Amino acid sequence: MAAPKSYLYYPGCSLEGAANPYDTSARAMMKALGSPLKELDDWNCCGATTYFSVRELQAFALSARNLALAEQQGGSDLIVACNACFAILGKTAHYLAEKPNMKKQVNEALGEAGLHYYGKVNVRHLVDVVISDIGADQIAPKITKKLAGLKLAPYYGCLFSRPGGYADHPENPVKLDKLLATTGAQVVDWEAKTACCGGMVLQTDEKVAVRLMDSIVLEAERSGAEVLVTACPLCHVNLELAMSKVEKKRGKKFNLSVMFFTQILGLALGLSMKELGVNQMLTMTQATLKKLAA
Amino acid sequence: MSEKASRVRELPKARYEELVEKFRQHVRALPGGEAIDECIQCGTCSGSCPTSWAMDYSPREIIAALRAGNLEPILEGNTMWMCTSCYNCYERCPQKIRVTDLMYELKRLAVRHGIYPSRMRKSVVMAKTFVNIIENHGRNSEPTFMMRFFMKTNPLVLLTKGLKLSVKYITHGRLNLLETVFPKNIKGRDGIRKIFAKLANTELGADAPAPSKEVH
Repeated sequence: MAAPKSYLYYPGCSLEGAANPYDTSARAMMKALGSPLKELDDWNCCGATTYFSVRELQAFALSARNLALAEQQGGSDLIVACNACFAILGKTAHYLAEKPNMKKQVNEALGEAGLHYYGKVNVRHLVDVVISDIGADQIAPKITKKLAGLKLAPYYGCLFSRPGGYADHPENPVKLDKLLATTGAQVVDWEAKTACCGGMVLQTDEKVAVRLMDSIVLEAERSGAEVLVTACPLCHVNLELAMSKVEKKRGKKFNLSVMFFTQILGLALGLSMKELGVNQMLTMTQATLKKLAA
Repeated sequence: MSEKASRVRELPKARYEELVEKFRQHVRALPGGEAIDECIQCGTCSGSCPTSWAMDYSPREIIAALRAGNLEPILEGNTMWMCTSCYNCYERCPQKIRVTDLMYELKRLAVRHGIYPSRMRKSVVMAKTFVNIIENHGRNSEPTFMMRFFMKTNPLVLLTKGLKLSVKYITHGRLNLLETVFPKNIKGRDGIRKIFAKLANTELGADAPAPSKEVH
């Protein structure tokens, strides 16, 4: 038997910002599942793609400070809801294990702040924890509101399963599909589940990012989905920002809502729209709202 | 450290050769970095890249240029700045070259030496703005970041599209206006400063023995 897991939760900067409904709904959902989230105390920026573009060792040290804090606070598993934070914290943990010299350099720096990382933290995505650790069998009896008739497109984005495939298969992840299926909704099979949303390129070269999002939205429409379900605050905000641009480019309206997976499962667990921040969503069709309120 | 020359071919020969050597060293010091010697120019990276159509040179061409010691396409083109960090190439490379990590390293080297195309300034400003917030506050406050980024790159947008969008986010409880001016702080910000200070002049060291190429 493996040692019992002790979870700590790492929200990340986006979940304190424009993606705060993701944070609210993640906490409410986990509470309803009987595993309330305990936040890692005094966490800092994961390093993000942006920090890694400037200095490398510092970025790894910044990321590792969170892992050291998790060890210090008794967490065996660090639960992350943001794909980007998940990928970066996970990559840091794996690279430090792979490169002892880098780990030594990072630890010398952490030592300046009275910290040390021993290499014992598992970085886990919230989707993975819900479906692999809690599991469909445990979720099923807690579902009080079947979302039958709702068609969902699970949108994983890039960093859920890449790099490394630590949470799921790098090219064809299935865990979010399985998680959403517990709600009784119909989960569509579609081709863009791990297509790139453009990430930070939306801010630096809008045309490039909109072209990427255009193909995601078109494929979602083809699949017959009515809700694009995200597991990443960056994918989510990018889709919200780009939807109107794609609609302008195509000269038509798409009947697509964009929601966090925590809101979908939360609703099936009987939580209210308000508790899950559904009223804070920017891209919601009337048809979806009607179905969810029924 | 940084130099004004934005055109690679205007650099003095000795300086250019020094840069080539630096690039080679840095790329090979990355975890798994030595795999670059195994590139077979198959183009899987370029074929897997969602933005290669917007790049002046494909990732495959960049690897070839790097190995040939030709920095011009790397520093004067837009390749690494168009990288969205999706890790498709990284996962698919049959030679286990971590192409995404390589793109990051090329960005870092370009920023460090101040050589990048002026049309890529936005990306560099973005990275520097972000780093500045993290180094002073420990966490990123999105409103502070967006405010500073647009002030430096396109202040007008704050009064037009940005204003409209901000109102939308504020009314949906997703933007704290105060935070555009007062970013959040973590308790351990002094610790973070000490961590960075310790690493200020440290380069990522190579391991001995060389890391196994099987680790991926």
